[in-house]
Amino acid sequence: MKHVDEFRDPEQAQKLLEKISVLAKQVQAGKDRPIHIMEVCGGHTHTIFRYGIKQMLPPEIELVHGPGCPVCVLPMGRVDDCVALAEHPEVILTTFGDAMRVPGSQKSLLQAKAEGADVRMVYSPTDALSIARKHPEKEVVFFALGFETTMPSTALTVLQAEDEGIKNFSLFCNHITIIPTIKAILDSPDLQLDGFLGPGHVSMIIGQHPYLFIADQYKRPLVIAGFEPLDILQSIWMILNQLKEQRHEIENQYGRVVQNEGNHNAQEAIEKVFELREFFEWRGLGSIEHSGVRVREGYARYDAERKFSIPNLKIADPKSCQCGEVLKGTLKPKDCKVFGTTCTPETPLGALMVSTEGACAAYYSYGRMDSFESKKEPTT
Amino acid sequence: MCLGIPGKIVEITSAENKLALVDVGGVKREVNIICIVDEEHPPESCIGEWVLVHVGFAMTRINEEEAKRTLELLQELGEVQEEFQAMKNSAKENL
Repeated sequence: MKHVDEFRDPEQAQKLLEKISVLAKQVQAGKDRPIHIMEVCGGHTHTIFRYGIKQMLPPEIELVHGPGCPVCVLPMGRVDDCVALAEHPEVILTTFGDAMRVPGSQKSLLQAKAEGADVRMVYSPTDALSIARKHPEKEVVFFALGFETTMPSTALTVLQAEDEGIKNFSLFCNHITIIPTIKAILDSPDLQLDGFLGPGHVSMIIGQHPYLFIADQYKRPLVIAGFEPLDILQSIWMILNQLKEQRHEIENQYGRVVQNEGNHNAQEAIEKVFELREFFEWRGLGSIEHSGVRVREGYARYDAERKFSIPNLKIADPKSCQCGEVLKGTLKPKDCKVFGTTCTPETPLGALMVSTEGACAAYYSYGRMDSFESKKEPTT
Repeated sequence: MCLGIPGKIVEITSAENKLALVDVGGVKREVNIICIVDEEHPPESCIGEWVLVHVGFAMTRINEEEAKRTLELLQELGEVQEEFQAMKNSAKENL
């Protein structure tokens, strides 16, 4: 954990914190609960923990960690399906490092690999395509996951495969889309949120426009934020300003990377290759309408779900695991029954413990902040 | 996976396929630049530019100052090592 003196610009950080503190008191006055601000993106969660931003904020503000870690929200059934795919003797299963550690109901991909399945970690989907070029006798399946940030890379890799006429490459597509997910969270009855820190790199792809409904229909402010601690402080200050002035708008703090209209070429590739699924299952959150994408009919030969028979398993989350409540912000990681005991980063039980961007793994690594939190309780 | 790493485009390896060699903290790797080129910005014009690379694809141009700060942030978060390792391993095993 960092002290504010160690920030890139400690003076500016201190000033922001003072302004935040004044505004927070004004905004929260007369309310019976703190101001709840959700950071949607796992990258933000990571920065917030690494730099101890939670503890620097005044007690009137509570940060709620959103579902923005794509590895964390993957349901067990999908992992099991992927393991089943990997166990096909002709298949080379490729994926990102994080995805290899996610627990399925029986095993993770890493364990499947130890048992002899050909599972390879890749840095990019284009590396998976290279493997397909090198092994024409094998079927190379890329376990694709992530929000809109990684979706264009997968789409473009499929287009490249088509261009080259590569036939032994396909996707097990688990890409998810952020907007329906935010909507589901806003519709959740046990959740009280006052504003959002918008995901920086998803927004770099999709632009600002898709968030407008949050301001228009749900009357909540959203500020697209960068990943530096100063970016996050400034974005929180912008949200508070909106709340104080009773505005609800989509603002962009990360203008140095996020253009209003997003990235046109990336959007075009996504549109070409993918279409929305009716429903997609999320770990902890259940089924969310239109929250996932699948490969379009026109590219069916690159779709592992059409190419192979997949068990299509539905596995309930482990009973002892409370990932769902943590994801919705109604439970803090440390209050989960299995946190730090049967569920640790070495032996994760729930998905939130798997990735460095998961709220539980972040709490575990940087947390131990019970003393801070008890200090933060308003004294009555 | 979500954060992306800054790198500098040092060479266009295929203008047709929109591929470029990008120097990411001393590691050179071929990166797809299709998302940052259009008629106004042809591939050749990208040499010397800083970009944010997400899983092998340059997603946006950034300035040098932003690149430097992002690298520092990634180092703080311990994300850089993991991404670099993944990049190196993939280069060694598959390419």
